[in-house]
Amino acid sequence: MKSSQRKTLQTVLLILAPILVLGFSLFIGRYPHPIWMNPAILNEDVMAQRLLLNLRMPRVITAMLLGMSLSAAGGVMQMLFRNPLVEPGFLGVSQGAGFGAALCIVFLTNNPLVVEGMATIFAILGLILSYFFARRMRYGGWLLRLVLAGIAVSALFSAGLGILKYVADPNSQLQEIVFWLLGGLYAVTWRSLFYILPVVIIGLVVIFLMRWRLNLLSLEDETAFSLGVSVGRERTLLLAAAVTITAVVISVAGIVGWVGLIVPHIARRLTGANAANFIPLSISLGGIFAVLCDDLARTLMAGEIPLGIITSLLGAVIFIFLMVKPNLKVRQ
Amino acid sequence: MSSSLLTINDLSFSYEASNATVLNQVSFEINAGTITTILGPNGAGKTTLLHLILGLRKPAHGSILLEDLPIDQYSRRNLSQWMGLVPQSEHVPFEYTVLEYVLLGRAPYLNPLDLPGEEDIEIARSALGKIGILPLEHRILPALSGGEQQLVLLARALAQQPRILLLDEPTSHLDLANRNVTLSILNQLRREGTTILFTTHDPEAALIVSDNIVLMNSGHVLSTGSFAETFTSEKLTQTYGVPVEVIKIDGIQVIKSMGRLS
Repeated sequence: MKSSQRKTLQTVLLILAPILVLGFSLFIGRYPHPIWMNPAILNEDVMAQRLLLNLRMPRVITAMLLGMSLSAAGGVMQMLFRNPLVEPGFLGVSQGAGFGAALCIVFLTNNPLVVEGMATIFAILGLILSYFFARRMRYGGWLLRLVLAGIAVSALFSAGLGILKYVADPNSQLQEIVFWLLGGLYAVTWRSLFYILPVVIIGLVVIFLMRWRLNLLSLEDETAFSLGVSVGRERTLLLAAAVTITAVVISVAGIVGWVGLIVPHIARRLTGANAANFIPLSISLGGIFAVLCDDLARTLMAGEIPLGIITSLLGAVIFIFLMVKPNLKVRQ
Repeated sequence: MSSSLLTINDLSFSYEASNATVLNQVSFEINAGTITTILGPNGAGKTTLLHLILGLRKPAHGSILLEDLPIDQYSRRNLSQWMGLVPQSEHVPFEYTVLEYVLLGRAPYLNPLDLPGEEDIEIARSALGKIGILPLEHRILPALSGGEQQLVLLARALAQQPRILLLDEPTSHLDLANRNVTLSILNQLRREGTTILFTTHDPEAALIVSDNIVLMNSGHVLSTGSFAETFTSEKLTQTYGVPVEVIKIDGIQVIKSMGRLS
């Protein structure tokens, strides 16, 4: 096969595979009986129609956006921080969102939309605090300062979260906080989907369009500068895109770990380090991974398994597998 | 109008944090199509000077003129088409192939949302060919030897097609064979019209290819001029603070600084 044909085929697969998984996942669940719903029953069963349209569809689409966002953001952060072990929530974003959600549940309301709003606000606050501390810190280079500030801010928020858990009503609020922290898409509606959709699309488009530039930003500052890159400006733009989409999807889904770390790794293994190639694959694979994990979350047991548990379990297993098989490499 | 391509005029610089003066009233000129070596001991301010010329840092005082126009009047993109940098070393945390990495040198000619095209790939491959490492194009960069990696950094700067090539200690990590290869490439580039400015602490590297030399010590220019004017026992001794002799063996100039200790 010629390389141009192969490229076209790859592009088609990248777009088609998530759509297929998405369509397939609509018929997976526990109605009318566990695992598979026969599409034929949609003709007569009004309940099945409603379930598909009002519950499963927004949920599956949200899962896809969640996976795409976390994986794209993870890939971007790993490039910007020149560190393949960075994950998208580490600049105070994940812990900030958790704290915001818990604060809302304990003192305000457990209305999902309000909880999501508070989580977003605190996720972005976490980022702003990290950025602010990194600016003021008088130690190390800029990237190291950001990492240190991120660790410190995350620790502050997780301490605050500990206090909130301690004072929460153990019969109602505490369960809700814990479930939120474990991550899941049980509360997703069309409304929450439309709330995150514009931000996620803008962020993903920015990242996709600037994917080759990411390579330049992974170079040392002086080299990137000598290649005509406005290092500070471009890094800030991509960082903002990555963190914002992470913050909004976390606000809806809670803390869903490992997706943003493991998917870019898998993508890099398959296409090589060039971000022009691995970012699109990362977005596509991330969507598929999150949708499949969510399928498991809502099908395996009669009650729902928190999504974050499944992604962490699978993510960690895959990670260990990748690490102990360093020669597992598929390159043309 | 002066005839020089690059004019460094009364340049002074100090880092904010330490407040110590790193460069003090540095002036010299570089003519097109020459190799100029900034020679001096470690910590003389050579790398800082390169960064100032590149525009990465702003001088506290003085100016840098490129074709008689201050460099801050050029756009970043325009300046990066003029000048390429080969850093002393580059830590590459991801497993780029050699060709992918060299293609990054095409950035000054691409719009922010463009991907490199066929033509860019051709230019990158010809840069690799010029240096003689085209067979490495599909190898993984971090897996190469130190000497090969240094040549890849040079190829990346050549893919940038700069008229002025700045190199920061291009030979300091290299063994003799690789050092000679690198210096021969610089000589070849000069013949093709590229203007070259490189820093080194090794007088021998300067001896092999320099047309002009800027001798530096603790932020000052001690002497500047043609190779013949500056590369003398007296001036090198002053630069390094230890006895250095330029002697001739069979009509070839060599450096003698210290014999075998007994």
